Amino acid sequence: MQLHTIWFLIIVILWIGFFVLEGFDFGVGALHMVVGKSETEKRVAINTIGPWWDGNEVWLVVAGAALFAAFPGWYATLFSALYLALVLVLIALFGRGVSFEYRGKREDPRWRAGWSWALTVGSVLVPLLIGVALGDLLHGLPINQKHNFTGNFGDLLTGYGLMTGVTLLTLCLLHGSTFLALRTTGEMRDRAHQLGRRIGVVATVINIAWVVWTLVVIGGGTVPEPTQIFGVIAVIFAAVLARTNNDGWAFAASGFAIAAAIGQIFISLYPNVMVSSTNHAYNLTVNNAASGHYALVVMTVVALIFMPLVLLYQGWSFRVFHGRLTAPPASSETSGG
Amino acid sequence: MTNDLARWQFATTSIYHFFFVPVTIGLALLVAILETAWYRTDNPDYKRMTRFFGTLLLINVAVGVVTGLVQEFEFGMNWSTYSRYVGGVFGAPLAMEGILAFFLESTFLGLWLFGWDRLSKRVHLACIWAVAVGSMLSALFILVANSWMQHPVGYRIDKAGNAVLTNVWALLVNPTFVWGYAHVILASLITGCLVMLAVSAWYLRKQRHVESFHRTARVALIVLIPTIVIQLSVGNQLGVIEAHYQPMKIAAAEAQWNSCKPCSFSAFQTGGFSQHNESTNKVIPIPHLLSVLATGTWSGPVTGLNQLQAQYQAKYGPGNYIPNVAIQYWSIRVMAYLGTLVLLLGLWGGWLLLRNTMRNSRVFLWLSVWAVLTPFLMNTAGWLLTESGRQPWIVQGLQKTVNANSPAVSATDIWISLSAFVLAYIVLAAADLFLMLRYSRHGLAQADAEAAGSSEAAGGAIPALTY
Repeated sequence: MQLHTIWFLIIVILWIGFFVLEGFDFGVGALHMVVGKSETEKRVAINTIGPWWDGNEVWLVVAGAALFAAFPGWYATLFSALYLALVLVLIALFGRGVSFEYRGKREDPRWRAGWSWALTVGSVLVPLLIGVALGDLLHGLPINQKHNFTGNFGDLLTGYGLMTGVTLLTLCLLHGSTFLALRTTGEMRDRAHQLGRRIGVVATVINIAWVVWTLVVIGGGTVPEPTQIFGVIAVIFAAVLARTNNDGWAFAASGFAIAAAIGQIFISLYPNVMVSSTNHAYNLTVNNAASGHYALVVMTVVALIFMPLVLLYQGWSFRVFHGRLTAPPASSETSGG
Repeated sequence: MTNDLARWQFATTSIYHFFFVPVTIGLALLVAILETAWYRTDNPDYKRMTRFFGTLLLINVAVGVVTGLVQEFEFGMNWSTYSRYVGGVFGAPLAMEGILAFFLESTFLGLWLFGWDRLSKRVHLACIWAVAVGSMLSALFILVANSWMQHPVGYRIDKAGNAVLTNVWALLVNPTFVWGYAHVILASLITGCLVMLAVSAWYLRKQRHVESFHRTARVALIVLIPTIVIQLSVGNQLGVIEAHYQPMKIAAAEAQWNSCKPCSFSAFQTGGFSQHNESTNKVIPIPHLLSVLATGTWSGPVTGLNQLQAQYQAKYGPGNYIPNVAIQYWSIRVMAYLGTLVLLLGLWGGWLLLRNTMRNSRVFLWLSVWAVLTPFLMNTAGWLLTESGRQPWIVQGLQKTVNANSPAVSATDIWISLSAFVLAYIVLAAADLFLMLRYSRHGLAQADAEAAGSSEAAGGAIPALTY
């Protein structure tokens, strides 16, 4: 296998890692006010992802940096094309990222409500917008011979892109609800189950519609790929399991559904990395957007040595904090709201 | 216009980002030192100070992390021509930063913050050290990347006209990197020390928790004094390196229009910052000092801006190769003068420590509180000197900044993004400052309550809520 292809695969893995891990963070962030009614419950909901969300978000940082290093052409065209969309993503990530640390630092209910909304809105916007962007990769954007984007913000809002965004958002919500069911007890767990049942149905319908759209419109009526079939099965499993008390399996299934969704986008894309709707001759491919051989060798060595290490200690941190979270008794809860 | 706006945006966001980075690096190390002291002495007071300063650290990290994302995205968003051209070299250290530093820092910060009752004392201590190492590694890779822009090494230009990496080792031993990195780490440590000293001094002046904050003031001063001494000489050496590879930068820092030998350094000057400004008034010129700073020798020559301009035009074609002279001139003085003042403050503090009279010296304590502003001014001046001094180049000798921006991004786009970022940053800064000051003033009681709550919780099955 060529190094270009290996790095394409690594980038796919990084995006999958990001969405599977940060996916439940987004879901929890978006749903924390629904699953948590009282202030204490909201805090419990946020604390279910407390130790991990920051480490999970690093997957996005690394996915972006790996794109820059391995495929500078792809990084340059994509990030400048998505300009205003990325500004929105960044602002959403600000509000979300800071809210974790800042929300609990004051007891004022308005302060807490404000950061709760920042967390909710940010957690909805980021997967939606990144989903639109990933859909656009496949759908195609106006790109000229010099690989520069020639459209405007409106051109980013393609129907297929929006559908991809909504699909990823619903999958993240499902993933968040299965995670909350896995990590909480009592009424909160009941609410998470209830949400999971509802979102499960919606996510299944949207996911299937999205796969059909990909096959018919984008793929030109080809047979489904194994990843696409796997993705549909996984989301159905997640939706069914969310109706039972098998919280662990439901969470695993929603994770697989997200992984399959990201995987199939990139599999359908390869060997292109960005499609030009202006002229297919201007497509960016793994060959014409990649770094030099030597840089890829160096980075492969670094990734092969250090990524397993990262997985090891990140896995350990998941082990350290596993188990269900319960709200502390009311007396030790200092909040006023 | 588009290019200027893109520059304004990058300058604004990176200066802002670098308010938080050095606090993170410096405080992480100091908190690790405090926790080590707790580990070794078992004195519970060290534990509460670890938690107290740890929370200040976390308030900062939150903003540092989110603003760091902007920096990473901005290369592609605003500087796509640059990114395409240099990504084959410049991207590698950024990817390594993510893999080696960010994962380490963020995963272990989560473990540290939530792990007080779950991890053994020794493992918990290891976590904060991992955070400190992670934050220093992240600066390492960023400086590798930045130094390549100052002095490109280990690359060739391929057939498509893009830079490709040929020797990764050359990037790591780039003299601009080695000295620049030392300079940044020391600056971060100084920043952390001055933050810790300021908070401690504030409490000592109010005569609250005197024992505890006397202890942390001592830790801060013990680290600060040697660090600032080393920093002054590292800064000096970095000047010599820059004078060698980027002579414009240093000639501009003295507003030295014409070559000299030996060269003097002026305490300050009025006028003389543009080519046609005849009314230069250099005040208190110190003979030989510029020669020493720029060449490391007593009477070394420094080539003037006019002569360098002629050389560059001959080499690179017509154009203006002189950076903004006033920015260079004042940046280096802000660093040198404030650095000297901080050294004097540190020495004074050390003397008070020896005589055990620090808690009574109200003037020293008052000055120490306000000295917290100086590292931020010095850090900003340092980056202005480095980045503005490289202009008109984005990569020294290879690509000019005017040719580096994104063709796909219009001036309107940047007006929108710049306004959005500035607005968001003002809100973040207000929230951060508010929480920092509030927590600094009331936080110790809160930290005590949290510690009590969490040890109570550790007895039962119910974990305490951290967020």
